[in-house]
Amino acid sequence: MSAGHSHRLYRHGDTVVHRLPAHTKLLALVLFVLTVVATPREQYWAFGAYLVLLAAVAVAAAVPVGFIAGRMVVELPFVAFALLLPFIAHGPRTEFLGLTVSQTGLLGAWNILAKATLGVIASILLAATTEPRELLTGLRRLRVPALLVEISSFMVRYADVVTDEMRRMRIARESRGFQASHLGHMRVLARSAGALFIRSYERGERVHLAMLARGYTGVMPMTEDRPIPRTAWLAAAAVPLLALVIATTAWSLA
Amino acid sequence: MHVPDGFLDAPTSLATGALAATTLTVAIRRVRDQHEEKAAPLAGLTAAFVFAVQMINFPVGIGTSGHLLGGALAAILVGPWTAILCMSVVLLVQALLFADGGLTALGTNITLMGVVTVLVGWGVARLVLRVLPRRPASAVPASFVAALVSVPAAALGFVGLYAIGGAADLSLGALAVSMVGWHLLIGLGEAVITAATVSAVIAVRPDLVFAARGLQPALELRGPGAPRRGPGALLPAPVAAPPASPRGSVRPVLLIGGAVALLLAGVVSVFASSSPDGLEHVAGEKGFLETARAHLLADLPLADYGKVGGIPVGLAGILGVVVTITIGWLLLRLVARRRTRPVAEPARSAERV
Amino acid sequence: MSSVPSLEVRGLAYAYPDGHQALFGIDLTVARGERVAVLGPNGAGKTTLVLHLNGILGGGLGTVTAAGVQVVKDQLSEVRRRVGIVFQDPDDQLFMPTVRDDVAFGPANFGVRGAELDARVSRALDQVGMSAYADRPPHHLSFGQRRRVAVATVLATEPEILILDEPSSNLDPASRRELADVLRSLDVTILMVTHDLPYALELCDRSVVLSDGVIVADGPTRELLCDEDLMRAHRLELPFGFEPRLAGLSVG
Repeated sequence: MSAGHSHRLYRHGDTVVHRLPAHTKLLALVLFVLTVVATPREQYWAFGAYLVLLAAVAVAAAVPVGFIAGRMVVELPFVAFALLLPFIAHGPRTEFLGLTVSQTGLLGAWNILAKATLGVIASILLAATTEPRELLTGLRRLRVPALLVEISSFMVRYADVVTDEMRRMRIARESRGFQASHLGHMRVLARSAGALFIRSYERGERVHLAMLARGYTGVMPMTEDRPIPRTAWLAAAAVPLLALVIATTAWSLA
Repeated sequence: MHVPDGFLDAPTSLATGALAATTLTVAIRRVRDQHEEKAAPLAGLTAAFVFAVQMINFPVGIGTSGHLLGGALAAILVGPWTAILCMSVVLLVQALLFADGGLTALGTNITLMGVVTVLVGWGVARLVLRVLPRRPASAVPASFVAALVSVPAAALGFVGLYAIGGAADLSLGALAVSMVGWHLLIGLGEAVITAATVSAVIAVRPDLVFAARGLQPALELRGPGAPRRGPGALLPAPVAAPPASPRGSVRPVLLIGGAVALLLAGVVSVFASSSPDGLEHVAGEKGFLETARAHLLADLPLADYGKVGGIPVGLAGILGVVVTITIGWLLLRLVARRRTRPVAEPARSAERV
Repeated sequence: MSSVPSLEVRGLAYAYPDGHQALFGIDLTVARGERVAVLGPNGAGKTTLVLHLNGILGGGLGTVTAAGVQVVKDQLSEVRRRVGIVFQDPDDQLFMPTVRDDVAFGPANFGVRGAELDARVSRALDQVGMSAYADRPPHHLSFGQRRRVAVATVLATEPEILILDEPSSNLDPASRRELADVLRSLDVTILMVTHDLPYALELCDRSVVLSDGVIVADGPTRELLCDEDLMRAHRLELPFGFEPRLAGLSVG
């Protein structure tokens, strides 16, 4: 999750969604996903409703469809697996689009595709409206153990350093005439990985030592926790509450 | 190997979630007790590295994709408990921001890619280090074997969890064969990269490699006023205290690792034995997807797993694991007794900063 | 209380992770209020020694006691409250958005808040003469100014002993003098690692020479600088035209 990455994940804006405090959005995301996953897969209409809900959030956050679609690429491995499932699963056969496939496999494929896709879109919306630093603060406020948050913050910082060092090493390599071929790439990667690790570490180490020398204990000292207005919680709760309504309706119909 | 939402049923997801949460709590406590100031930045860097490493993808058999895991590398660099935290952070971020791995499957993913890889990798590394000479460079072959074994171990875990609570009617034997088979190959790639990385780091900054602790030579003391070019007044090397064993002794790791191996061998092998009929059934009826089935059919001698000399396969699996461990343990004892005691242990006191 | 030395190092030995041993047994005592220079050629182990004084390095042999507190793992917070280190590269030490934030970082870590924190920040910036720059980003300042701000970040924690690693390096003569004035005005124990022999003579009555990981000389600065054999044996050279016997006699 480098600076390069987070620039691609985060989309600057000043909407209601952007302004919501990170921990409310995180909580909303988790509750939403839980609700979606718990929905019985046969209630196809429910998933359409969820999609509409997410679309509303996207509109409120001014996140264009193309942005979301581009970042859904990460889902591709699941899609491949899900598409194959109807063919390789057991059980009674049925007709679908002219092919004879497993019934349970088909349902299983739908189950995975629908729920994973909704999860991906929700995650993308969260990442697009929340800066990494805010996210870490949000995690901390959700009582995620401080050590995990600290490691995450260093990971974010080092991700920048690592990609920067990789860039420098690549420039140095290519200046000395290295031509990248697929196999050559792997070999060079293997050999330079260790050097990359050390260089990245040492770049951050001196600053970290200076911080330690001034008493740093692992938590940045001066972050004030502003009180959250009631309205923010209501706004954030809107999505999971509506999702819950959809889910309970789906259960009652199932 | 990231498991998406809906892949496993709810009880299994919850169980793995509980397992992951417990392990994390233990890991956090262990790491905090170590009071190491370098721990967080080093862990953060390792996490960033694991993140990068996991982006190297390979297509695998039945539509799942495999990628390097990085758990063994993390364990070698920062020790097992910190490594579990690193991997968990990576998986958490991937689930939250990239939806790589479902949020409800986070427990599963942490268990497989965070805990199994790390503990198996660490256990194997420790075993190998016991056999090799006590030098920092020994961490390199240890990391190679650790990575090699940790990846298919995680694949086995994946298959095992699917056997317990998979939400699709999939042929378990086929899944097992393709997952484990491909991950044996991925494990090879991971072993090469892990060993190369560890080797480079050991050469310059062995202090950054957790697995190489306790393998340094003793310190020398010299009196003041020794002329620059002449021989200094060398004081005798201090009597060395035995190095403090790193936090988190090996035994629980080995026990857990052994138990997991037994469980998987027992459970998975039982299911694997029932699949040949399903495979033949599918192979006989359907006439398409030749390529996919080429994978499956090529390994059809699964029938051999049906009965091994009259013993039911599950039992055979368990026996196999027990025998392997016993032989290994006996070998280690023999080797350890023959080795001479190391002369100078490092004189660092564990209470020092 | 003044009888407790600010710094007490006994038998300190240390090897770097790649195996290279840097310190072979160091004994050093610095009394409260003293100003001591640590001289020596490159590679002598001066920075290694410094990093032991607040517990950043450790795990070798020997003991370090700073301001009466033993430098061990579970007392590091106390140690760092009393020992302030100004590193050679100010950019390693200035990592906050504004000068004020950087100076406040230290005391904030020790629990100082609110009005007391603001007071400390103002005092520290006054002491180094950088009050006018409190709300500027550090990377907009000149090198000499950043060096002074780095000193302020450490002064704000109100340490008992101030350790400086090459404080005058890369400073133009005017900045050098300004920094010397600052250091002279402070009421703390000072330990200064430096190649700048005139600077050492100007600010520190006592010097120790560190060479090949051991202390080879310990005495009044002027005496050491006048000992030509000692200087030659340890690659210490006076700047062209500098005469230690006569230098600064009127200032004293």
